[in-house]
Amino acid sequence: MQYGGKIIAGLVIFLGLVSLPFWFNMGGTYEQPKVELPKNAKECVAPKEEMRTSHMQLLDEWRDMALREGKRTYISANGKEYTISLQNTCMECHTSKEQFCDKCHTDAGVTPYCWDCHVPPKEAK
Amino acid sequence: MKQSRRNFLKFAGLSAAGLCLAPTAAALASGGGGHGKAHAVVNANSKHAKRWAMVIDTRKLNTDEAINALAEVCHHIHNVPTIPGKQDIKWLWEGTYSETFPNQTNNFPSEELEKRKFPLLCNHCETPSCVRVCPTKATFKRADGIVAMDYHRCIGCRYCMAACPFGARSFNFMDPRLHLDMEKINVKFPTRMRGVVEKCNFCVERLAVGEMPACVEKSSGAMTFGDLQDPDSNVRKVLRENFTIRRNPAAGTEPGVYYII
Ligand code: SF4
Ligand code: SF4
Repeated sequence: MQYGGKIIAGLVIFLGLVSLPFWFNMGGTYEQPKVELPKNAKECVAPKEEMRTSHMQLLDEWRDMALREGKRTYISANGKEYTISLQNTCMECHTSKEQFCDKCHTDAGVTPYCWDCHVPPKEAK
Repeated sequence: MKQSRRNFLKFAGLSAAGLCLAPTAAALASGGGGHGKAHAVVNANSKHAKRWAMVIDTRKLNTDEAINALAEVCHHIHNVPTIPGKQDIKWLWEGTYSETFPNQTNNFPSEELEKRKFPLLCNHCETPSCVRVCPTKATFKRADGIVAMDYHRCIGCRYCMAACPFGARSFNFMDPRLHLDMEKINVKFPTRMRGVVEKCNFCVERLAVGEMPACVEKSSGAMTFGDLQDPDSNVRKVLRENFTIRRNPAAGTEPGVYYII
């Protein structure tokens, strides 16, 4: 262990540098983005918690159902019928992409490319 | 030491058994509840056929204006942009007799035939070469014979363009939205993104809600759309009563669009 001291000192500095972002963020509080909920609808196609964690899986299933299987009517767990369509069903209630979708997506640093093709509702500019 | 390994193995075995049982237990639990499982079904009012096909009466529908009017409707509801020059994206367009039937030309056609224009679109072939070559299955044939595209999967390799003997496909070299009036688009239908191939879809989205294809509706009877496998269908009736030809039969793709000459 000729260089023991140097190696340990080096490791400590390295770990310190690597974990720098964590130290910077310590003590700060994380605030969840405040999304704007639909004014004209009370319930979604699935419970809120489920939508929050897995709306992407649902949308992925929806696109296969509608496009590839030709099934365009969705019957939710509590028996309600919905048309399978991001543009015409989801965005009918969530009338603002900026105030709903973007809020969390920006916060989480994800940029889904849904909107390259699907048309979000016209935002009042 | 030995004792602890023994205990560990016992614990691991029990956990594994638990994991195997969990789904069954969960299924039993949810099956007993009042809630059903979310699922999807075909729209109650959707139109069905064993094999969709189209017959175009070119005695009635053969002018630039008439065909352009159909193309306009089609391109509007599907948000197909108008890009000047060779990059034009098209779902429905027109051609002369020799462009339409390159292998069946006559060196001395009748004057009337020489003047006619023919509506062209994807033929929704029985054995579509575009489907065979698509590496991602973005182009696929539905059970009802419609050759559809899943734009989510298209990687823009353009194999399908090379494979289609009818030039029915267009490639989005640029973002189509640059050439669409975003104020006037049909917000019920998506646009495409740059780098995907597109084509006519026989209006699957309209059939799904019980409507006929837009061009057929607009053609005032010059186009017939129906089930080719049903001997009593309207297309079969029209085919029985008229002489029809199909485009480029030698390519072996068995087109689903028939032309009355
Ligand atoms: S016309 Fe071309 S694009 Fe359409 S199904 Fe036939 S081969 Fe495919
Ligand atoms: S361009 Fe798209 S649709 Fe055509 S073959 Fe490639 S992946 Fe398939």
